[in-house]
Amino acid sequence: MAAIYSLYIINKSGGLIFYKDYGSSGRMDTNDSLRVASLWHSMHAISQQLSPTTGCQGIELLEADTFDLHCFQSLTGTKFFVVSEPGTQHMDNLLKVIYELYTDYVLKNPFYEMEMPIRCDLFDINLTQAIQKDRVALLGR
Amino acid sequence: MIGVSKMKPYTNVLDRPLSKGKLEVSLSAFAFLFSELVQYNQTQVDNIAELERRLEDAGYAVGARVLELLCHRDKGNRRETRLLGILSFVHSTVWKVLFGKVADSLEKGTEHDDEYMISEKELLVNRFISIPKDMGTFNCGAFVAGIVRGVLDSAGFPAIVTAHFVPMDGQQRPRTTILIKFAEEVLQREARLG
Repeated sequence: MAAIYSLYIINKSGGLIFYKDYGSSGRMDTNDSLRVASLWHSMHAISQQLSPTTGCQGIELLEADTFDLHCFQSLTGTKFFVVSEPGTQHMDNLLKVIYELYTDYVLKNPFYEMEMPIRCDLFDINLTQAIQKDRVALLGR
Repeated sequence: MIGVSKMKPYTNVLDRPLSKGKLEVSLSAFAFLFSELVQYNQTQVDNIAELERRLEDAGYAVGARVLELLCHRDKGNRRETRLLGILSFVHSTVWKVLFGKVADSLEKGTEHDDEYMISEKELLVNRFISIPKDMGTFNCGAFVAGIVRGVLDSAGFPAIVTAHFVPMDGQQRPRTTILIKFAEEVLQREARLG
């Protein structure tokens, strides 16, 4: 069982800087993932403008028949989103954990260039652990 | 300290008592500062060996000061004069003050008599750093190697100190080994002292 299908991180101008697949369903090639990332970036921006309420921060959850898309935007405009099974709970917590890992292992790494694709071993290792832990917690619930 | 109501009149730093050294600083703040240090030095060099040397020099200045401070604070203005004494001083006292813990291990090199190794499973400065593949064996532990060299050199034990990644069985991350190679005169003196 894979609760999470995939994880995306996009920089503030809509470029995909990190993409990872989990499980077999919803797999995408590089071009498609880039397209989804920039599409989501634009939709997110438009939704802020169209929202009937003031001070809207953009879409947080998109529910579809076959998947849910949970999005978290950091203060600097970097967006983290996971595509998951419909009805998966507690994704906002997972996104916060991922954000924390990003601030630790990506932003504190002197060899990472801002807004560029993320290639950090430590981030990958800790991310895998966090996802694993989340799955175990999900089974326990 | 912010929020202290009674303002003390300004006193010269030399008139104040020496701090106990139990203060801790934020790891995040240190990590960002160290990251900036590495990034700045990266703009000043055109090869990796040069970057390593610059980090080591930055550490050397820290080491020289740390020795001075610790000898005054913990040892009543005396310093170690024997090889093993200074090594265990670095391994425990210096490490504890700088990193809050004793180093994981201190070993003697198996191939050469003048080599000693201090190993750390996860060196504090490397906690958040992933080395890109194109930088090869570069290790930011060069900064710590510089500190060790600074301490040893100022104490009268000139040595060449380098930092290396050593892969470990069953572990995803390699550990960092600080390799200390003492100058010949140190070993000769040590032999004379018996």
